[in-house]
Amino acid sequence: MIIVDSLTKKYGGFTAVDHVTFRAEPGRVTGFLGPNGAGKSTTMRIVVGLTPASSGTATVLGRRYADLPNPGREIGVLLDASAQHAGRTGREILTLAQRTMRVPRSRIDEMLDLVSLSDEEAGRRVRDYSLGMRQRLGIATALIGDPEALVLDEPANGLDPAGIRWMRDLLRGFADRGGTVFLSSHLLHEIEVIADDLIVIGSGRIVASGTKGELLASAGTYAAAAELAALANALTTAGHTAEMSLCGLRTDADAGQVGRLALAAGVPLTELRPADSAGLEEMFLELTKDDAREGDAA
Amino acid sequence: MSSTTMDTHATVRERHGQKDGGYAPIPFRTVLGVELRKAFDTRSGFWLLVAVAAAGVIATGATLAFASDSDLTYNNFAAAIGVPMTILLPVVAILAVTSEWSQRAGLTTFTLVPHRGRVIRAKLVATLLIGVSSMALALAVGALGNIIGTGLKGVDTTWDLSFTTILYIVGADLIGMMIGFTLGVLMRNSPGAIVTYFSYWFVLPTLTGLLAANQHWFEKAQPWVDFSYNQNRMYDGGFSSQDWAQLALTGTVWLLLPLAFGLWRVLRAEVK
Ligand SMILES: Nc1ncnc2c1ncn2[C@@H]1O[C@H](COP(=O)(O)OP(=O)(O)OP(=O)(O)O)[C@@H](O)[C@H]1O
Ligand SMILES: [Mg+2]
Repeated sequence: MIIVDSLTKKYGGFTAVDHVTFRAEPGRVTGFLGPNGAGKSTTMRIVVGLTPASSGTATVLGRRYADLPNPGREIGVLLDASAQHAGRTGREILTLAQRTMRVPRSRIDEMLDLVSLSDEEAGRRVRDYSLGMRQRLGIATALIGDPEALVLDEPANGLDPAGIRWMRDLLRGFADRGGTVFLSSHLLHEIEVIADDLIVIGSGRIVASGTKGELLASAGTYAAAAELAALANALTTAGHTAEMSLCGLRTDADAGQVGRLALAAGVPLTELRPADSAGLEEMFLELTKDDAREGDAA
Repeated sequence: MSSTTMDTHATVRERHGQKDGGYAPIPFRTVLGVELRKAFDTRSGFWLLVAVAAAGVIATGATLAFASDSDLTYNNFAAAIGVPMTILLPVVAILAVTSEWSQRAGLTTFTLVPHRGRVIRAKLVATLLIGVSSMALALAVGALGNIIGTGLKGVDTTWDLSFTTILYIVGADLIGMMIGFTLGVLMRNSPGAIVTYFSYWFVLPTLTGLLAANQHWFEKAQPWVDFSYNQNRMYDGGFSSQDWAQLALTGTVWLLLPLAFGLWRVLRAEVK
């Protein structure tokens, strides 16, 4: 369990993290979503004590991170897979972690096996690793202490599709065994398939949070019809929203309401379903619109 | 990735349920062991230490080859070996600190041991241990060279280096390492700290020497203000209590205060 309470980080006059409050529960994967520069990495660095907070608190498994006697055994951390001494081999980096945490040496080979790094690859210097290999090594380092919680900053970065799938299964399994997973991403598609809970951050502030189901429900309903304009008209007259896209529209009315209104208006529906990911994406772009670099492009 | 490793993971995890009130704190010797290992486990670190050892052997060989018979004394062997060591050991100290930042390895180091003071202390102890053992090795190589050299040329073996003088030399070299360590803590950048150290070691004494030769007032003041001057005097040994006072004064101002300031900053700085 990771509890963050009213965390704030100021750099001079600039507030990078602004009264952020959330919790990542055991047995669940909590996704931390936000555009570039939203404050995800800063929040994560504060949680693990690498950056001092301006105010607010963060606790991991009931304690401040710095008060954990042997943090690697309780919480696995991967903030930046490239932040390693380039001259060390992968195996050496795992060995340093294994020795610091005082876990059995056999864990090194177990972890290499788990992240599919071969013996030969483990003997290579990290300078010669691909981004995906570094990411795998970082996951191995985070897991070697057999922790109860994971904090991962954009772990899917650089992984190939098979790697992303593997990572998803790994984290799912970790959470299903009771572990807490807290991971960040700026890609909605990447995070929505794995996360149970979502925290959306923009400009240092949390703009939405809840279970994926809740957020998906709030994303509304998707409906398509040949006479789209008539459907939109029926919806807006009834006081609902209607955002038209190419061949359908998204509305905050639920499926039942859309059906009734369409029937009343005599508009045959060709499609009716929860808006889910497309809707979530729109919502994400909207929620963070004020902060996104592209301005109106969203 | 195989199901067997996942199972192992599951069984290890189950032990979490049985554990009572958490894990034992990481002992200092563990942190020290890891920091010692880090001094050797990269190419740069490894070759630097090889260079320290090789320089000792080469210096011994050179003394054997080029020194006249009367110069084959332990003092000369030790001096020949000591010079490269005096130059290289502080670089070991610098890299021990700066690699955490220059190579960003600190992101992992300081999350696994979330008390930077402990890590830095372990680095300092590791650095000084490496320094003392390298010097012990150098003195042994020098002694061997002295015995072999004089034996080969059939002259009397001269042991003209007193234990006290050896202590002075070791002390001066350790101070050199402390300077490197301090520069590392202050600058947290490998090239910057190394260049600064070499300027301190090669350029500064020349400049202050020139100044002292031309300005009488500086010549008189130098022992009270110039740390490198006092450090260099240690290689000749025989300090009076005033010499010690001057070393302590300049050392406090030029070494201990900057080190304290650097540590104060390191404990507060962001690691990213
Ligand atoms: N030392 C610093 N001084 C000033 N501003 C900083 C500092 N560190 C971070 N910031 C700013 O804080 C904000 C949050 O940065 P952060 O790295 O947390 O973003 P992020 O959400 O992780 O973004 P990304 O998805 O690109 O990784 C950014 O605007 C960044 O420029
Ligand atoms: Mg980031």
